[in-house]
Amino acid sequence: MDRFLFLTLDGLSRGAVYAAFALALVLIWRAGRIVNFAQGAMAVAAAYVAYSVTAATGSYWLGFGAALLAGLLLGAVVDLAVMRLVDHRSPLNPVIVALGLVLLIQAVLGMVYGNEYLPAQAPFSRTAMTVGGTAVLSPYDLFVFATVGVVVAALVWIFTRTAIGLRMRAAAFAPEVSRLLGVNVGGMLTLGWALASGVGALAGMLVIPTELGVHPHAMDLVFVTAFTAAVIGGLDSPPGAVVGGLGVGLLLSYVSGYAGGDLIPLAVLALLLTVLLLRPGGLFAAVTARRV
Amino acid sequence: MSATRASAPPARAAAVESTRPGWTVPTLLRHLVVAAGVALLVLAASYQLDSFRNFQLATVAAYLCATAGLTVLTGLCGQLSLGHGALMATGAYALALTQNAFADRGLTAGGWLIVSLMVAVLATVVVGAVVGVAAARLRGPYLAGLTLAVAVVVPALTVTFDGVFNGEQGLGVPMAPAPERLGVYFPHERWQLWIAAAATLLCLVLLANLVRSRYGRSFRAVRDDEVAARLAGIHVARTQVIAFVVSAASAGLGGALLAVLAQSVSPGAFGLTLSLFLLMAVVIGGLGRLAGAVWGAFLLVVLPDLTHSLTNLFTLSPAAAQRLEGNLPLAIFGSTLIVVMIAAPGGVQGLLSRLARALRARWPVGRS
Repeated sequence: MDRFLFLTLDGLSRGAVYAAFALALVLIWRAGRIVNFAQGAMAVAAAYVAYSVTAATGSYWLGFGAALLAGLLLGAVVDLAVMRLVDHRSPLNPVIVALGLVLLIQAVLGMVYGNEYLPAQAPFSRTAMTVGGTAVLSPYDLFVFATVGVVVAALVWIFTRTAIGLRMRAAAFAPEVSRLLGVNVGGMLTLGWALASGVGALAGMLVIPTELGVHPHAMDLVFVTAFTAAVIGGLDSPPGAVVGGLGVGLLLSYVSGYAGGDLIPLAVLALLLTVLLLRPGGLFAAVTARRV
Repeated sequence: MSATRASAPPARAAAVESTRPGWTVPTLLRHLVVAAGVALLVLAASYQLDSFRNFQLATVAAYLCATAGLTVLTGLCGQLSLGHGALMATGAYALALTQNAFADRGLTAGGWLIVSLMVAVLATVVVGAVVGVAAARLRGPYLAGLTLAVAVVVPALTVTFDGVFNGEQGLGVPMAPAPERLGVYFPHERWQLWIAAAATLLCLVLLANLVRSRYGRSFRAVRDDEVAARLAGIHVARTQVIAFVVSAASAGLGGALLAVLAQSVSPGAFGLTLSLFLLMAVVIGGLGRLAGAVWGAFLLVVLPDLTHSLTNLFTLSPAAAQRLEGNLPLAIFGSTLIVVMIAAPGGVQGLLSRLARALRARWPVGRS
C-alpha cells in the first residue's frame, strides 16, 4: 500500500510535467492547426541555455529564467522565420518542416555542446520526505506541482480574463473576421507560438533533472509521451491535456514500479496505439463530424 | 466499405495514360530493360571503383530500398511515416537473428542469405501490417505522431528485451565469403555490392511496376482526394494498408541489406535520426517520384562523406572535429529540408522535370 501511494504521487509529479508539455502542444494546435513536432528539440535548446547561464553565474534561478526567456523567443522566431513561410494547404508540409527543425536544432546543440549527457541540477532535493514512516513526495515534486499549477492558472487567466487572450482565441477561431475587427492575427499567432514554446521550455526544465541529464535527444521520449497525453485529451482541449498528462504519468509510474522501468517506451507506444484506434478524437473531444 | 464498391476497377486514370500516341513499350519490359542496363553499369563500376567506393555504392543501394518504399507511401499514397527507420531495424534484426540461427545449425553456405533476406522482409511485412492497419485510420498529425512513437520506441525495445537482441551491443551477422569460383582475391566489398544491387534492383522493378499498375493509380487517387477515390470505387483503407505494407517490406529489405553490409546490427544505427533522414532524403529528392528516391539515397551516403572532407580542411581539435563531423550532416539536412519545403516542394527531381519541360517547350524535338 505504501508503495502504491508512493507510485501514485510520483506518477502525478511526472504527469504534471507531461501535462505542461501537452498543454504547449495543444496551444499551438489551437492557434494554427499545427502539431509542433519540434517542441521537444526547442525545449532542449532552452535547457541548454539554462545550463550555460547556470554554469556562468552559478545560480540555478538565473538559468531557469533564461530558459523561459529563450523558450519564448525561440517560439516567436520559429513562427516568424519558418512556419509563416510554409505552404499550409497540405497538412504534411508543416510536419515535415518541423522535423527539419528537429534535425537542425539537435545538430546545432550537438555541435556546440557535444553529444553526451551533461549534468542538470535540480533546485531542490529529490529524496522523498517521509510522513509517518511512508515515503511520499520530494521537495522537488512539490516544486513541480507548484510551477505547473501556476502556469496552468496563468494560462487560464490569460485566455479567459484578458483582452489579449480574447484576441488570441478570436484570431484562431475566425481569422478573417478578427482581421476585419482590427485584431493583429499574425501577431496573435506569433504570440501563441511564443507562449507555447515558453511552456514547453518550462516543462523541459522540470523533466530533465529527473532523467539522465541534458542531451540533444533528451526530450524525444518525453515528446512522444506528451503527444500521447495530448491525443488522449483530444488535442484541442487544454483541460483534456492536463488530465491526459496526469493519467499518462500515473500509468507510466505504475508500469515502471510494478513491471520495470525498461517497459516505459513500450507502454507509451501501446497506450498511444490503443487510444488512436479506440478513440482517435480523444476522450475529451466534443463529438464532431469528421471531414474526409 | 462494401465489397461491391471495392471490386469496381478504377478505370479513369488509365484513360489519361493511353493518350500518348503511337506504339508504347510494355511497362514490365521497359523496366526490365532499364534494370538490366543499370545492372551492367553497376557490374562495370564494381570493377572500376576501389573497395571503399564499392561499399559506399552498396550502402546507397540499401538506402535506396527504404527511400523508394517511403516514396511510394508518402509521395504516392499521401501517408507520412516517420517510422521507417524502425522498420529498417526490424528487417536488420530479423536478418541477424535468422543468419545466427542458420550459423548455429552449421548452415553457413551463401545461399541461406537469400532465405534470411526473405525472412527479414516477411518480418517487416508483419510489423508493417500492424502499424499500417492503425495508420489507415489516422490522418495528418495523428499518423505522424504514431509513426514517430514507433521510431522512438522500437530501437529502445532492443534494450528492453536484451536477452534476444543483446541490448546496445547488438548482434553480429555471420556471412559467407564470396564464392570461390570468383577467385581467391575477389574483394569482399565487390561481393557485397553485387548482393545489395541485385536485391535493390529486384525491389525497384517490383515497385516501379506497382506504381504503374492499377494499385499505383489507386494510391494516387487516394492521395489526391479520398472522397473522390471512394466514389470511384476504391477501398481507401485497404489501399492505404497495402501501400504501408509494400513500403514496409522495402524498408525491411533495405535494413536487412544494411545489416549484411555492416555485418552487425545495433540500435544506435536505427534511431529517430535515421527515420528523419529517410523522410528528408525522399522530400529533398522529390516526393512521389522513384527517381527522387535515387537522389535521396545518394545524398544520404554522399553528404556525410562531403562534410567529412569539409571538416578535414580546417585544423580543429579532435573533440571539436568529432562534434562537427557527427552533426554537420544533420544540420545541413535539416536546413535543406526546411528550405526545400518552403522554396521547392517538388525536390530535386521536381526541379529537373520542370527544367526538362521548359527545355522541351523551347525546342520540341521528335515528339509529334
